[in-house]
Amino acid sequence: MRLSPLRRTLLAAAVGFGLATPALAAEREILNSSYDIARELFAAINPEFRNHWQSEHGEEIGIQQSHGGSSAQARAILQGLRADVVTYNQVTDVQVLADAGLVAEDWQQQLPNNASPYYSTTAFLVRKDNPKSIESWDDLVRDDVKMVFPNPKTSGNGRYTYLAAWGFADREFDGDEEQIHDFMRTFLRNVAVFDTGGRGATTSFIERGIGDVLISFESEVNNIRQEYGEDDYEVIVPPVSILAEFPVAVVEPNAERNGNLDLAQAYLDYLYSEEAQRMLAGFNYRVHHEAVVEEFADRFPDTELLLVEDIAGSWEEAMETHFDSGGLLDQLQRRR
Amino acid sequence: MSVRSLAIGLGSTPKRVLPGFGLSLGISLTFVSLMLLLPMTGLFGQLAGLSLAEYWAIITNDRVVASYVVTIGAAAVAAIVNAAFGLLLAWVLVRYEFPGKRLLDALMDLPFALPTAVAGITLATLYSSNGWMGQLLEPLGLQVAYTWVGIALAMSFTSIPFVVRTVQPVLEDMPHEMDEAALTLGASDFTGFRRVILPHLWPALVTGTGLAFVRSLGEFGAIIFIAGNMPYETEITALMIFVRLQEYDYAGASAIASVVLFASLALLLAINIWQGRFIKRLHGGHG
Repeated sequence: MRLSPLRRTLLAAAVGFGLATPALAAEREILNSSYDIARELFAAINPEFRNHWQSEHGEEIGIQQSHGGSSAQARAILQGLRADVVTYNQVTDVQVLADAGLVAEDWQQQLPNNASPYYSTTAFLVRKDNPKSIESWDDLVRDDVKMVFPNPKTSGNGRYTYLAAWGFADREFDGDEEQIHDFMRTFLRNVAVFDTGGRGATTSFIERGIGDVLISFESEVNNIRQEYGEDDYEVIVPPVSILAEFPVAVVEPNAERNGNLDLAQAYLDYLYSEEAQRMLAGFNYRVHHEAVVEEFADRFPDTELLLVEDIAGSWEEAMETHFDSGGLLDQLQRRR
Repeated sequence: MSVRSLAIGLGSTPKRVLPGFGLSLGISLTFVSLMLLLPMTGLFGQLAGLSLAEYWAIITNDRVVASYVVTIGAAAVAAIVNAAFGLLLAWVLVRYEFPGKRLLDALMDLPFALPTAVAGITLATLYSSNGWMGQLLEPLGLQVAYTWVGIALAMSFTSIPFVVRTVQPVLEDMPHEMDEAALTLGASDFTGFRRVILPHLWPALVTGTGLAFVRSLGEFGAIIFIAGNMPYETEITALMIFVRLQEYDYAGASAIASVVLFASLALLLAINIWQGRFIKRLHGGHG
C-alpha cells in the first residue's frame, strides 16, 4: 500500500499518540520485477533479506514479487509499473529501461560482474539413461532427435539456446557462413514445439512427453530434475555452451518516488553476499563468491562458456541481426 | 419485434423509467466513446509512426500472411463445426426434458467463464500423444495437439456458446405447433425441418456462427498451448502480435492488430446488415 505524504504524516502522528497498533505502522515495500522461472528463487531469498534488513536497521519491510516473461516485465515498467528493482535473465531487457532513462546509463558498471550477481549456462535435460545419447550440440541436428525449447522470439531463454547453438556451429565450421546456416536450419527444424516461455517448454517435455531433449538454463534443468524425479531424467551440460548472465538494476525514478532508493540498492547488494550466493547455488545457479564456488564445485561441471559478445558482437547486434523481424532467425525458419 | 414496439411508442407517450432520450443517448455515447472508441484511437495512435509502405510491408510479411491462413482456416472449420453442433445442442436444450438439463444448460457458458489459457492447457494435456484422447487417436494416425486441428479444436471450445446462445431464444419462441402442422400436412421430417424450422432459425444461426468465427480470429490464450507455434505451420495471427510486442515493436504489433480489427469489424457489420435485411424480408412490410 502506498501512502501519500499527508497520510503518512497523519499516520506517524497517530503512532506518536499511541493510537495506532503496531500492525498499522507504515511499512516500506519494494517491488522486484523478475523473470518467469525465478519465482521460487526469490520466494526463498526475500525472507532472508527481510531478516537481514531488520537486524541491521530495525525496520520491518515488505518485498513484492512480480514474475513473467522478462521482456513483458520490462514493457510493464516502461508503461508505468512502479517496480523498484529488476532482476532479469537478459541484458537487453534492462538496457531497454536504461534507454528510456529508467535505469542508470552505466548500470552494468554499478555492480560487480556486469551487474550480474549470478550466472548460468544452457544445458540439456534428457530422458532416463539418455536413450538417444545426446552429448553436445551436434547430436541435436540428427534426424532422430526432437527438441523442446522456448521460442527465441518470445523468450530470452530461447535466445540463449539459439545463440549457443550458433556459437557451437561457428566454432565447428570455423566461421563458414553457409555451413553455419545449414546447421542452424536443421537445428530449428528439429524443434517439436515452440512454447512462448520456459515453463511452457518444461510442461511440454515433462507432462506431455514431447521430444527427446529439453534445452533450458542449467539451473532450470537441474531444478526440474530434482522436482520431477532424479531417476527419470538426466542433465547433460555440453562441453561448449554460452554464458548466460542474470543482470540486476535499480529502477531509480521509481525507487526514488517510492522512497525506497536505499532499500533497493541494499537488496541488490545483498544478492552478492555469501548468504545469498549460497542460496543461489542451492537453486543451481553458478555464482562468484569463492567460498561458495568451492563448496558447490561438484554441482557445476567445467565447461567452456562462450560470450554473447564473441558470438554476435553484443546483445544489441544479436537482436538486430538474429532476432528482429526479417533477421536471420526469420530467414532460417523460412519454408523452402 | 422492434418495429412493433416502436409503433406503440409512437401512438402515446408512455412514462419512461430512465430520463429522457436526449440524456440517455448522451450518456450512452459518452460511455461508448470511453470504453470502445478511446482504446481504438489509442491503437491507431500507435500506427501513426508508420508510413503506408511500412504498414503494407508489415501486414504482408509472408510469415504473417501464413498466420492469416492458419487462423482463418481453423476459425472457419471451428465455426462450421459449431454451427452444426451448436444447433443440435440448442435444439436438445429447448425441445426435450431430461435429468441434468439445467446442468447442461449452465455448462454451455463455461467457455465464457473459464480463463481461456486454462482451456488451452487442458486441451493440450488431453490431446498430446500421452494424454487420454491423444493416446487413442495417435494409433489411428490422427494427431491433434500441435497441428492446425488442435487450433480449430481450441477455437471451437471457446466459441461454441455464441451459436447455442443465439439460436436458443429463437427456438424457444418458435411454437411446437409450427413443425407439427407441417408434419400433419404430410411433409417428411426433413422437409419440415428444411422448409419450416430452418428458415426461422437461419438468421440466428448465421449470426451465432459469424460471432463464433470473429471470436476465433482473436483468440490467443487457449490456442498457443496446443498450437506448437511452428513458423508457417501453426502460428496464429494473435501470436504474431505478441511476438512484435516482445520486440518492443509497438507499431508493428498495432499494424497486425488493425488487420484483425478491420476484419472483425467488417464481418460484424456484414452480419448486422444481412440480418436486418433478412428479417425485413421474412416479415414483409408490417412485421
